[in-house]
Amino acid sequence: MLTAIAITVDGLGFAAWLFLSSVGLTLIYGVMRILNIAHGGFYALGAYSSAWAIGLYATTGSPIVFSFLLIPLAALIAGLASGLLVERGVLKFMYGRDEVLMVLVTYAIFLILEDATKLIWGTESYVAWQPAFHFGTIDVFDIPYTVYKFIIISVAIIVGIALYFVLNKTRVGKLLLVVIEDREISAALGINVTKFFTVTFVVGAVLGALGGAITAPEISVSPGIGAEIIVLSFAVIVIGGMGSIGGAMIGALIVGFARAASVHLYPPAELFSIYLVMAAVLAVKPYGLFALAESRKI
Amino acid sequence: MNKTMKKMSTLASAMLLTTAIGAAPSTAQEETFKVGVVSFLSGPAAGPFGIPARNAAELIIDAANAGTLPAPYNTAGIGGAQISTVVIDENSKQKNADFVKLVEKDGVDAIVGYASSGSCKAIAPEAEKLKTLTVFSICGTPQIFEEIVTEPQYLFRTLSHATMDNVAAARYVVETMGDVSTIGGINQNYAWGQDSWRDFSLSVASLKDSVTETETQFPKIFAGQYGSEISALLNAKPDVVHSSFWGGDLEALIIQGSGRGLFGRSQVVLTSSDTAIPRLGAQIPDGTIIGARGLNGPYAPETELAEWFQKAYFDRFGTEPVSPAYQMAQSILAIKAAADQSNSSDPEVIRGALAGLTFESMSGEVNMSLANGHQAITATAYGTYKFDAASGKGTVENVRTYSAGCVNPPANVGSVDWIKGGFEGAVCE
Repeated sequence: MLTAIAITVDGLGFAAWLFLSSVGLTLIYGVMRILNIAHGGFYALGAYSSAWAIGLYATTGSPIVFSFLLIPLAALIAGLASGLLVERGVLKFMYGRDEVLMVLVTYAIFLILEDATKLIWGTESYVAWQPAFHFGTIDVFDIPYTVYKFIIISVAIIVGIALYFVLNKTRVGKLLLVVIEDREISAALGINVTKFFTVTFVVGAVLGALGGAITAPEISVSPGIGAEIIVLSFAVIVIGGMGSIGGAMIGALIVGFARAASVHLYPPAELFSIYLVMAAVLAVKPYGLFALAESRKI
Repeated sequence: MNKTMKKMSTLASAMLLTTAIGAAPSTAQEETFKVGVVSFLSGPAAGPFGIPARNAAELIIDAANAGTLPAPYNTAGIGGAQISTVVIDENSKQKNADFVKLVEKDGVDAIVGYASSGSCKAIAPEAEKLKTLTVFSICGTPQIFEEIVTEPQYLFRTLSHATMDNVAAARYVVETMGDVSTIGGINQNYAWGQDSWRDFSLSVASLKDSVTETETQFPKIFAGQYGSEISALLNAKPDVVHSSFWGGDLEALIIQGSGRGLFGRSQVVLTSSDTAIPRLGAQIPDGTIIGARGLNGPYAPETELAEWFQKAYFDRFGTEPVSPAYQMAQSILAIKAAADQSNSSDPEVIRGALAGLTFESMSGEVNMSLANGHQAITATAYGTYKFDAASGKGTVENVRTYSAGCVNPPANVGSVDWIKGGFEGAVCE
């Protein structure tokens, strides 16, 4: 019983982190058809900005509760600045190129962002645990969990609901869904597709940075974290169906629960479990669980 | 046109001649010994491990060149030659290619460094193949000389392997915790983590056969997120939780585990953890058992060499040295000791002198007594963590020191056989 509860909470916690880290990746792919490897760079920039800002704030001796505000702020600044720079500075000159070429381009950008991170913050790791412990722990049937973990789960749910609301209940969202469906028809109907590309890319970058920023207080932020997350994020969006926001949520939950179950029930299969699930899903649904249907163009 | 070409040709000849004349005296006067230094300069291991190790290499080599090291290392250079360095990043996807480049393109005379057992497993056969004097400073898996290179000629390791850390940890736990009946572990899923857990669990079983294992976790190295593993350990409630985590993974485990009460529910033993003391301070719960892989960091002996190292390191880098700094320094001193003893900077002569050598480092006496004189044994120590809020610094108390003969297997005996056989031949003072 206790193990089942632990698997549920741990699975949710891991899934929330995965969803926050990967939803920007699937959003960008859905709209722009770009598998954005640079997403790992946005995640790392968010994590570094957050850890650096919290560390700096902590030295002032000010109330820790306000350090929570630095997390979204750091994500917003890092994602906005880097997203705009990458989209306006590089990608806008590459639109319409082959998808494989775009993967290579974003991979190059990822490498540049990795080096930029080292140039800004050095090669040393940063720890900024203060927000993670500020609210203490809650015992879930004898197993303590930090309140911060539940904050991350809540933020993931809020982000999911917000994205659903914006996409399905607002004019901008509906236009975006049209662009996702067919960008050529959208352009023909007078939608400014280029503008949507810019906004989508920046929003995706901010979401990637948010994934890193909110994780920073729980980990040691160090060079290389962007590469780790891009692999996991890719697994999540492939399972869910590339380009599907709902798919990213389901994919994150599947991976989160698969990993948590493995850790609790059969630890040697911990790493293997994620890719086993991915292989199993792709064997049945080659384009993922919620892949958007694509019309065949002649 | 011909006149112009003739002038150019004369000018070029004159320049070449000048260069040759200019270069000749310095080549004749200054013999150099080129050392390739390999350390994590990026990635999760850079901050707590790689940078301190690189700093120590710079400090020791500069002092050796200037002849300002304390006795018996107070002669300038290595075997009379000035030392030059090429520093490369261990955090590379092409470790073997980097090694080959150091040997064949950079023309190094010796290579020191490597922190990860994964790196060392890859490099060990390469060092023998390329016949290059290579001294591993940090990596700990016993497999290096017990399975991978069983007849070493060019490869050395100047630090005891993981068996020492885990036999000593087991002795400390059994000696200081009378009521231990269950153990659990969280170790990285590769040679270092697997060997560490194997040696610790076998040693505890050998010392107290009533102890049982309840939960063992092996997450991927550099995973960063250990929420599920910590829950599993909290659920199992072993009396002791053992971990050989190091670098950024160690820091993440401390942050996540202490925040959730793991350190209060179980006695946590961290075999390679002094690196976290200056970085996490009060975040490490008091009472945590701290290891430094030898008499390093808080366990360093009070010798002239150790005190010089601590002061020189602090003066230059503004922070106290942690174990990877001691371990890197030890590997460079090993080469210098062998070179000075044989009065030669020839790598072939140095490797002959280094095999079986006993030398002094800032961490005490080092005996190259295992693996035909290529693997060191040293003493080690464990203690419990105590954070002093007044000074803002962490320290260790309840320290127990274990002599090299007590926690290292004898020559020609494998680690597992030695532990399972009840530590036959161990001499504990």
